Amino acid sequence: MSGAYLPILLLFGVSVINALGMVVTSHILNPRRDTPQKLMPYESGMIPLGSTKARFSVKFYMVAISFIVFDLETIFLIPWAVQMRDLGWSAFLAMSMFVSVLAIGLVYEWKKGGLEWD
Amino acid sequence: MELDFSRQLHYFWALMPEMILCVWGMVVLLAGVSGKHKDPETASSGDPSFGGGADLGWLALVGVLLAGMANGWLYGVEEVGRSSMIALDGFRLFANWVFLLAAALAIMISFAYVYRQRLQAGEFYGLILLSTAGMMFMAGARDLIVIFLGLEVMSIAVYALTAFNRRDRKSAEAGLKYFLLGAFATGFFLYGIALVYGATGSTNIFEIGQTVSSGGASSTLLTIGIAFLTIGFGFKVSAVPFHMWTPDVYEGAPAPVTAFMSAAVKAAAFVAFLRVFMVGFDGAYDTWYPIMWWLAALTMVAANLMALVQSNVKRMLAYSSVAHAGYLLVAITASNEAGAAGLLFYLLIYTVMNMGAFAIVIGVAHQAEERLQVEDYAGFGWAQPMMGVLLTVFLLSLAGFPGTGGFMGKIYLLQAAADAQLWYLMVVLVLSTIASYWYYLRVAWFMWMKRQLADDQHDMVIIPVPMRIALIASVAIVIYMGFFPGAALDFARESVEGLASLGGAMPGLGE
Repeated sequence: MSGAYLPILLLFGVSVINALGMVVTSHILNPRRDTPQKLMPYESGMIPLGSTKARFSVKFYMVAISFIVFDLETIFLIPWAVQMRDLGWSAFLAMSMFVSVLAIGLVYEWKKGGLEWD
Repeated sequence: MELDFSRQLHYFWALMPEMILCVWGMVVLLAGVSGKHKDPETASSGDPSFGGGADLGWLALVGVLLAGMANGWLYGVEEVGRSSMIALDGFRLFANWVFLLAAALAIMISFAYVYRQRLQAGEFYGLILLSTAGMMFMAGARDLIVIFLGLEVMSIAVYALTAFNRRDRKSAEAGLKYFLLGAFATGFFLYGIALVYGATGSTNIFEIGQTVSSGGASSTLLTIGIAFLTIGFGFKVSAVPFHMWTPDVYEGAPAPVTAFMSAAVKAAAFVAFLRVFMVGFDGAYDTWYPIMWWLAALTMVAANLMALVQSNVKRMLAYSSVAHAGYLLVAITASNEAGAAGLLFYLLIYTVMNMGAFAIVIGVAHQAEERLQVEDYAGFGWAQPMMGVLLTVFLLSLAGFPGTGGFMGKIYLLQAAADAQLWYLMVVLVLSTIASYWYYLRVAWFMWMKRQLADDQHDMVIIPVPMRIALIASVAIVIYMGFFPGAALDFARESVEGLASLGGAMPGLGE
């Protein structure tokens, strides 16, 4: 039984050796001549300015969360829609419940003002 | 009515209380954003028992009542066979009563708190209902996957409730801490399910039990799986090596949420814990019994020792709740029907007395997060005799003083331990209980033996009507159980009858 997983183990081993090998050999082989410019953090050629911990408006997160919710809804709806006639009424009922729960979520978000940008 | 689960529709009937709570949770949520509740900052006006979001609280209580009616109706419903994912047995229904009682009490003690802290009432009460539905899924699950689903429904709602007071840094910190550690523990739990499935070929607890008892399971995989599930459950019930989150989270969370978490969330985790280990892993008892023994002993000793040095009452009650998890772990270690009945009985008592104690703590804290030090209770008993007496009763019951429900609960846990011949564990339980008297009675001593720091120190303590109802109900149950535990105990015993038996009901596998 464990023989079936041997190729996965081999692949895992090869990828680890490959990744480590590239880092280690290039570290051994390359010449090191550090200059202040080279030691600087890389920010597309500019001198880095300011903190990277910028604060975004919470609305971006609202949009992202709504997107994920409805994206997932699509993922569940499509397989059902493809097989709708074979699955019959119980699947239709289950899907209706699923969609109505999400619809209630949407109504809540709308009422709460989550869809307004200002 | 009979349900054989061959038709999908029968699951709807079997899950009626859960369905009602889920739907009602959404109703409360929507009611909270409609019309006059739209802005909680300005909507708070008038009497906290009836105005300012309290109508949503009463609405949520109606939902709890409806779910309770559905739960009572399920007593008249029989299931055919035991292969379904949802169990329809007394064990589940008794546990559901405990959750519904905890939810109702939590809602009733939140009214003034939600009002004073300007929390968003619709979301607050809605989340309590949704997490209660998750707990009921856990209690009714006969499949590890359903337990996992219930665990997540419950936990995610409670994470949000923990961080609910968004103006309070401590609440946010507690929420984040609980969320991160909880997600970590969930990972362990899920990995445990996967390993048990690998060892036994099933996620159905009943089938796992049959495979394990007949020795058909791969023992290494099964042992690791049991260990991982123990870690997952141990985190949720806050057993001692996994309890580190408990004091911080319980201290930071809004006080009514802390009360709800320490009673109901813990009860749900324990009920699922017991069913998985007593039914599913009964055949591997020798493997997990030493682990559970040490967990129970460590939890009782360490939690009680740490509670001794707390000066913050909320934090002290958090350690006390860890200690009570230790007492309940004794019932799981015993793993017999007396233990299961004792666990249910104790959970009922613990819910009531813990909610009662927290209600008065919330009152003394002015429905907020202030005045939580034990010194703030100086002279409270003489200034507000009624509340002082009630808190004293709850503290004595938590300590396990004769004449209170807590004492009877401990007696039946001891009895279960004696049936399983866990003599040393019994000694640990009794000794740690005696140690716990010190920190419970210290609060009582401050209340009755110390002078007030200022004459008007306790004048601001206001107990609104719903909280009064909750307190009176709690104290009545605590005292009644202390003197006449018979009826409730018989009910618990009937509820667990046949819980652990694996034979017979499965077709083709008869005894």
